[in-house]
Amino acid sequence: MQAFEYASPTSVKEAIGMLSSQWGEADILAGGTDLLALMKEYIHTPKRVINIKGIKELGGIAKTAAGLRIGATVTLDELTENAAVRTEYPSLHQAAMGVSSPQIRNMGTVGGDLCQRPRCWYFRGGHGILGQENGKSLAVDGENRYHAIFPKSQAYYVNASSLAPALIALGAKAKIAGPNGNREVPVEQLFVVPSNNSGRELSLAANEILTEIVVPSARGVKNATYEVRQKEALDWPLVTASVAIKMKGSSVASARVVLGHVGPTPVVATEAEQMLAGKSLTQDVATEAGKSAVNGAQPMSGNAYKVQLARVAVKRALLEAAKARG
Amino acid sequence: MSKHHDELDEKAPPKGGFSRRGFFRGVGVTSGAIGSALLGEQEAEAAQAGGAKQGPGAVPVALNINGKVHNLNIEPRVTLLDACRNHLDITGAKRVCDKGTCGACTMIANGKVIYSCTTLAIDAQGKQIQTIEGIAVNGRPHPLSTAFVNNDGQQCGYCTPGFVMAAKGFLDKNPNPTYDQVKAGLGGNLCRCGTYVGVRKAVLEAAKAMKGGKNA
Repeated sequence: MQAFEYASPTSVKEAIGMLSSQWGEADILAGGTDLLALMKEYIHTPKRVINIKGIKELGGIAKTAAGLRIGATVTLDELTENAAVRTEYPSLHQAAMGVSSPQIRNMGTVGGDLCQRPRCWYFRGGHGILGQENGKSLAVDGENRYHAIFPKSQAYYVNASSLAPALIALGAKAKIAGPNGNREVPVEQLFVVPSNNSGRELSLAANEILTEIVVPSARGVKNATYEVRQKEALDWPLVTASVAIKMKGSSVASARVVLGHVGPTPVVATEAEQMLAGKSLTQDVATEAGKSAVNGAQPMSGNAYKVQLARVAVKRALLEAAKARG
Repeated sequence: MSKHHDELDEKAPPKGGFSRRGFFRGVGVTSGAIGSALLGEQEAEAAQAGGAKQGPGAVPVALNINGKVHNLNIEPRVTLLDACRNHLDITGAKRVCDKGTCGACTMIANGKVIYSCTTLAIDAQGKQIQTIEGIAVNGRPHPLSTAFVNNDGQQCGYCTPGFVMAAKGFLDKNPNPTYDQVKAGLGGNLCRCGTYVGVRKAVLEAAKAMKGGKNA
C-alpha cells in the first residue's frame, strides 16, 4: 500500500479537522477490515489515515429514550454480546452473526459495516464504482453471479452491508458529524447510487463522520434476519432478508421487509410489505410475501438464482419472526 | 509480481514525504532509547501524543508481543503481521491472503482473535499481543498444539499457527464447546488441505485437556 500520514485524534471535532473536503485525500480507519484491503489493492490511496477508535464518544451501546444508541466504533462482537440486542433486536443479532469470522467481528465496527465499499470484483479490480470500461458496465456481459438483481441506473454492484437491511427494517437513524455540525438521516438515506464511475455510494461528504446509530425500541415488533450464503465459514451473503412486523392480535398491522445484497442499495420490498398487512404469518402468507418481494427483479446472465434465494430468504425471515417474541 | 507485496513499495521512498527508511535501513530493531535518540526528543514526544500526525516516514512504534515490549521504527503503513515477520523475526503467523480472509495471520490482541495482516502495527500499540510463539506453557507445548498433533489437525501446516491461535481465543471464551460451536468458532480460518475435521477434534480434545481452565 502507499505510504500515508497517520493520526489518532481523541475527539470528533479534531478528526473532522483532519479530513479533507475532497474524496481520496484522507480515509477514516476504524476496524480496518475493508480499508486496509482497499489500500493494498491501490483502490484507496489516501495521503492521510485517521484512526477514530481512540474517540471515546464514538463507542458504547446504551438504552436511551430514543431507543438503542450504538456508537459507530462498536465492534460487531460487542454488538452481538449486548443483552438488549440479543433480546429485543434478534434481527440485528442474526445479521451481525452472519459475519461468520470471529476475527472480523472482533475488528469490524458498526460504522465500518455500513460504510464498507462494494465487493464487486470490477470495482475491486480498479474499474471504478460502476465497474465500467468505455462507459459500459462490465458486469452486464461479464461475470455477474454475485451482482444485483435489482440494479439501479448503471449500478450493478450490491451494497455489502450486513447490518443495513436489519437497521432499515427496524427504522434506525444514522447520526453524522461534519464541519457544519451534526445531522441525522434514516439509515436507508446513507446509501445513494453514484451518477458516474468515480462517484460515491454513500451520502456522506468526504469530511463527515458517521458517529452513531439509533434504533427505536422494538418492543412489540417481531423481527428477524435470514441470510443465504455460499459457505458456512466467512463469506459475504448472497442474499439477506430482514423483517420487522408490528402485530395487531394475530394479524400483521404493518410490516417492513428489506432485502440485502440484491441491489446497489438495500431494497425495501414495498409490495411484500403491503401484501402482508392484515394477514396472519402463516407458511402460505410468508411464501406469498417472498414472491411479492422479487416482483420486478431484473437478473442478468449469471445471477437468476438469486431471485429464488430472495424469495426463500423473505419467507424464512418472516417465519423466524413469527416465532420471535414481541 | 502483483502489487500486493508492499515490501516492493517499502523499498521506494514514500510519495509526498521525507523517508527515514533509508537512514534506518540496516538498523532494524532498535531499543527505545536508541530510537528516541535518533529521532530527537521532540519528534519522539510528538509521536506519543494522541492527535499528532505521524509519518508517512518511519516513526517509533512500541509493540507488546508475548509479554515483551519491542521498540521499532516503522512507517504507519506497516501491518502488525509484517512488523512481526519482517522486523522482529516473529514468523509463526503466516502471510497468505493478506486481506483478512484466510486467518493464517491470526493473533490474539487483548484476549480477542484478530487478523494481524489487516491491523496496522501503529494501531496495535498498547495492546497485549499474543502469537503462536507465546503460548507454550512452562516450556512445553500448549495443550492445543499437542492436540493438533494427536488429531492430524494439519497437513501442509501453513494455516496451523493461525488455527491454533483462533482455537485458543475461542477456547478462552468457550471452555466447554460442542462440535458445532467449534466449527462456528473457527469460521474465520481456512485450510486448503481440508483438515477441518482433525482441527475440530483437536480443539475438543484440547478443551478436555485444559479442563475448562484458561491455561496460559
